[in-house]
Amino acid sequence: MGETVTRSSKEITGGVHTPRQHDSAHKHVTGAAEYIDDMVEPAGTLHAYLGLSERANAVVKSMDLEAVRNAPGVVGVLTAADVPGENDLSPTHRHDEPVLADGQSAFYGQPIFAVIAETREQARRAATLARVDYEDRPHHTDVVSAMEAGYPHVTDPLQLSNGDAESALSSATNRLSGEMRIGGQDHFYLEGHIAMAIPGEDDEVTVFSSTQHPSEIQHMVAQALGTVSNAVTVHTRRMGGGFGGKETQGNQFAAVAAIAAKRWNRAVKIRPDRDDDMIATGKRHDFHVAYDVAYDDDGRIEALDAVFAARCGFSSDLSGPVTDRALFHCDNCYFLPNVRLRSRPMKTDTVSNTAFRGFGGPQGKIGGERVIEEIAYALGKDPLEVRKANFYGIGERNVTPYHQVVEDNIIHRIVEELEESSDYQARRQSVLDHNAKGGVLRKGISLTPVKFGISFTATWFNQAGALVHIYQDGSIHLNHGGTEMGQGLNTKVAQVVADEFQVDIETIRITATNTGKVPNTSATAASSGSDLNGMAAANACEQIKTRLVAYASEHFGVPQEQVTFVPNHVQVGNQLIPFHELVRQAYTHRVQLSAAGFYKTPKIHWNRETGQGRPFFYYAYGASVSEVTIDTLTGEYHVDRVDILQDVGKSLNPAIDLGQVQGAFVQGMGWLTTEELWWDGNGRLRTHAPSTYKIPLASDKPKEFNVELANWSTNKERTIRRSKAVGEPPFMLANSVLEALSMAVASVADYRECPRLDAPATPERILMAVERLKQG
Amino acid sequence: MPDAVRHELRFILNSEVVHLNDVAPTLTLLDYLRLQKRLTGTKEGCAEGDCGACTVLVGRLGPKGLVYETVNACIRFVGSLDACHVVTVEHLADLNGNLHPIQQAMVDFHGSQCGFCTPGIVMSLYGLWLETPNADAARVEKTLQGNLCRCTGYDAILNAAEAMAGSDNSGDKLVVTHEAITQKLSELRDGSRVEIDTPSGKTIVPGSVDDLAEILEAYPKATVVAGSTDVGLWVTKHMHDIAPAVFIGNLVELQTISEDESGITLGAGVTYTDAFDAISRGIPTMGDLWDRIGGEQVRNMGTVGGNIANGSPIGDTPPPLIALGAELTLQKGATTRTIALEDFFIDYGKQDRAPGEFVRSVFIPKLPAGDTFAVYKISKRRDEDISAVCGAFRARLADDGTVEDARIAFGGMAATPKRAKAVEQALVGNAWNEATVDQAMAAFEQDFTPLTDWRASAEYRMLSTKNLLKRFYLETQGQAVQVVRHEKSLAEV
Repeated sequence: MGETVTRSSKEITGGVHTPRQHDSAHKHVTGAAEYIDDMVEPAGTLHAYLGLSERANAVVKSMDLEAVRNAPGVVGVLTAADVPGENDLSPTHRHDEPVLADGQSAFYGQPIFAVIAETREQARRAATLARVDYEDRPHHTDVVSAMEAGYPHVTDPLQLSNGDAESALSSATNRLSGEMRIGGQDHFYLEGHIAMAIPGEDDEVTVFSSTQHPSEIQHMVAQALGTVSNAVTVHTRRMGGGFGGKETQGNQFAAVAAIAAKRWNRAVKIRPDRDDDMIATGKRHDFHVAYDVAYDDDGRIEALDAVFAARCGFSSDLSGPVTDRALFHCDNCYFLPNVRLRSRPMKTDTVSNTAFRGFGGPQGKIGGERVIEEIAYALGKDPLEVRKANFYGIGERNVTPYHQVVEDNIIHRIVEELEESSDYQARRQSVLDHNAKGGVLRKGISLTPVKFGISFTATWFNQAGALVHIYQDGSIHLNHGGTEMGQGLNTKVAQVVADEFQVDIETIRITATNTGKVPNTSATAASSGSDLNGMAAANACEQIKTRLVAYASEHFGVPQEQVTFVPNHVQVGNQLIPFHELVRQAYTHRVQLSAAGFYKTPKIHWNRETGQGRPFFYYAYGASVSEVTIDTLTGEYHVDRVDILQDVGKSLNPAIDLGQVQGAFVQGMGWLTTEELWWDGNGRLRTHAPSTYKIPLASDKPKEFNVELANWSTNKERTIRRSKAVGEPPFMLANSVLEALSMAVASVADYRECPRLDAPATPERILMAVERLKQG
Repeated sequence: MPDAVRHELRFILNSEVVHLNDVAPTLTLLDYLRLQKRLTGTKEGCAEGDCGACTVLVGRLGPKGLVYETVNACIRFVGSLDACHVVTVEHLADLNGNLHPIQQAMVDFHGSQCGFCTPGIVMSLYGLWLETPNADAARVEKTLQGNLCRCTGYDAILNAAEAMAGSDNSGDKLVVTHEAITQKLSELRDGSRVEIDTPSGKTIVPGSVDDLAEILEAYPKATVVAGSTDVGLWVTKHMHDIAPAVFIGNLVELQTISEDESGITLGAGVTYTDAFDAISRGIPTMGDLWDRIGGEQVRNMGTVGGNIANGSPIGDTPPPLIALGAELTLQKGATTRTIALEDFFIDYGKQDRAPGEFVRSVFIPKLPAGDTFAVYKISKRRDEDISAVCGAFRARLADDGTVEDARIAFGGMAATPKRAKAVEQALVGNAWNEATVDQAMAAFEQDFTPLTDWRASAEYRMLSTKNLLKRFYLETQGQAVQVVRHEKSLAEV
């Protein structure tokens, strides 16, 4: 980049580090933003609907689909036998996840057939008419009961170790052990899953999919059709929310739509009802954590041995990397000198759990924080004191359980500033004073930190592509491999491009993600969207700029270093040429005005066999203070105040980043408080719609909500404009809500005992914990 | 037969008068907008009236003239829209594409991320701004109880709403056209019965209450649809056929609220929103309960009569109304009868209502001077949730400090809304003190054997139910024992 702007009338609009509004904001508020269900349907579009099994674990002895076939409007029915290619959707190619179940129901709600009809209503009604004969098998929906029943792992467990946990535990100064249950979470993206497939000539098909991972949709559709990837084009303009729920879970819908589209040679759309979406697609993993910890009298951890068991569901999906990430994050900000961590990715007779913002990290962290909390109660200390005693050091005590050295640690400053700005100490004292008076209403306050590793732990996913065209009129077409799900990725990448060329952002048209434009993309996941795609887009811009500079230098006879991009112009020696004018000239001189950019994250490596490496390029940090009030008669509670300080490096877009932090926090708070997944005795999920599954409302937002970005922070690593990832890390800021609730509960027994409050802390769990402590 | 029968529905959609002669009873407003009119700004998020992505405004001529209210298009039937004005998000920006001030505020304050809930949120804020241009934070939060956003954490949306507060709405399109639309809707409301035969059954809109009685005599198995906040889900979730369907939301005769010395009489078609003033003014804590029934869209549609008539064991209005000694008036043909509300609920799914009979009104006696009353709802999420338990307490103390009379009713604790008579007995005649209360708490176990389900375990239901009596007692002693989000202004107390 030209550092010296010789002449600039004004700055460009929408450059980096400015609080630019979301590129689709105008369309959002007018309803003009197009989601797949809003698209004009091709003539003759058919509609598919899934028939779901009604057994948690059973052999499907027979399916009588006559009534389905004969229902009004029905064009046909698909079963496993109708899948022309491989009947498998496993993203890790373990062949454990059929498009349509074949002879077996592995969870209550598994798709066992699909019906295709002239209208969605007809298809949906027809799908209820199947008569299925099952032979029941015993089922286990719960992770602990699955372990007790000797269920297998769905994928290989991971062990991380450093030092000698066993001997350190046996020679512990103090030692305690316990367990914790952590609930799952439904994504509740407002736009449910949807796909529309349009058949093309030969074996070609175009699929419009609400997906975070168009390339995987492409691969899965090709595999299910029995063809190759170059026959399938996937198109994703935007999602109405993803949160990880559309990383792999769209595969099923896209595959069914594509199979039907090719079979009947008509466009086919599939959109499940919300209930079916929630029943038939995976969620955040529920965890059971067992811990055994040794610690000294200051609360400093000497050793930790912990097992993280997850309800993975019937197949592996992404459960391997999710449970890995739980282990990677249970250390949070704390140095564990002697440690052994084991994952148990348990098979259960439930829907296969999947990615969800944080990807196992939140479960790992909340388990780790429970250990801190236990130590604090055992020693009668403020948990914050124990936290500080265990923080990773600077230049010492800085090796993680996976042997990566923490090089960019800023947690001390983050916590110090937040402790000060939130007036933590004085407020904690007044909480203690309030509780000392007794009474029904009790308060709690907690400060919890977050350190979150950025990069896909599957190292090869850390690559991205982008495609940038400049047209003859100077307008710019931007495409990249990331997908827009509301996080503002397109806006940020466009800001990078605007900054590269020094043109107003209005010059740039953001276009839909398309596997025909940028191939072999990674999922927009792991908070990596702007890190990867921003860099790839910058790389494409640099290529074009290099050519433009070479052209201008030669054409105008000035040295290359005297060609610089200044706001909406190019400075060529003494001449100031409008950008579009230079572009037009370059075109006539046959300069290529298009480039495919590429980026791969440097420095990272990971060996899962040895449990050692540097899986993360860098860490993002943050901390929060939550204050709550509980009603000890009913367990009802209120989040009175939350203060947050979050590190996003040098923010590409502070407005978007602030929104990500606020939204992630509230989503995390929902996970830990009111969002409860509940299966009945038949293994049937009964919380499968907003009437029964309760995500936070505006009136659940912390009453006082002070959210700041650490504006002094900058990424030590060379990321795009020194920014940091923001999607996932702030989700875990909500940990302080759970711990504050726990403190309020603990007050009824004068803080003698750690309440061991499990998540989600519904009013019921709060009240039952209060009762347990009262009965001491 | 009524004076006239019309075979088409007529309503205004944004700027256009629509005539429809093919309206299936189950046709939802959302499907009509999206599939037939291609007005795709209104989204489907849940199809059960809980997420608000489908929020539109419906203007109707009610007892107070033309009012615009937010509704959930997903569970609102087109059959209920005769002589209404439907306003969708597409109506807001002006012809030049300039954003409405609410839309602009949402843009300026970064109130959208994925954008899918946004049109619904814009419509909810718009409805609020038309009604209360100077809304405070508590009012905005109440308005947004029925709008889920999964991305923003709401702060930016609340900031946008705050920025709008106090701005002048007199130039707004719907304010400017108020009289003309009123005039037009009056013309469309011609008093005739609407009867439309479709391949999937009959859609009927009675012209009057007498006409309704006549229709139900002729079609005793007809589905009576008032606010459709429950019947809507029979269709969208269970795909039930509801034909013939009789839509009574237009019957102003059923929307009367009369208050006198003896109490309040609510017509069966009075919505929660319309009932709010009378209910919250007359009976302590009822306003708080009312604000926690559904979201605003549901309260704008749902009726107290419907909440009673559907017989749910977890409806929020029966427990307090039973505790207050409410009476229900039912009508069949020209005959009416009045029964104690508690006797209406016979068993799970079974009420004392004959085929062809409909709920006409509910009478809520005035709380006698000296009686103490409170209703408490417990749910997993405070707002827009269904009760785990809902308990209502009424007590009268004698001069000597003993309990002279007690009436306690609960929802969520049995197959029907039910009184806790053993607890009542344990209280009456005893001193109103902690010892009596502790003893009476145990008596709930004689009254109720609650179930475990996804809302709560049996243990929690029983324990919290007992503790609600304790809460009631402590509150009579002047103690503040509930978590409070917004301190009430003096005017509200």
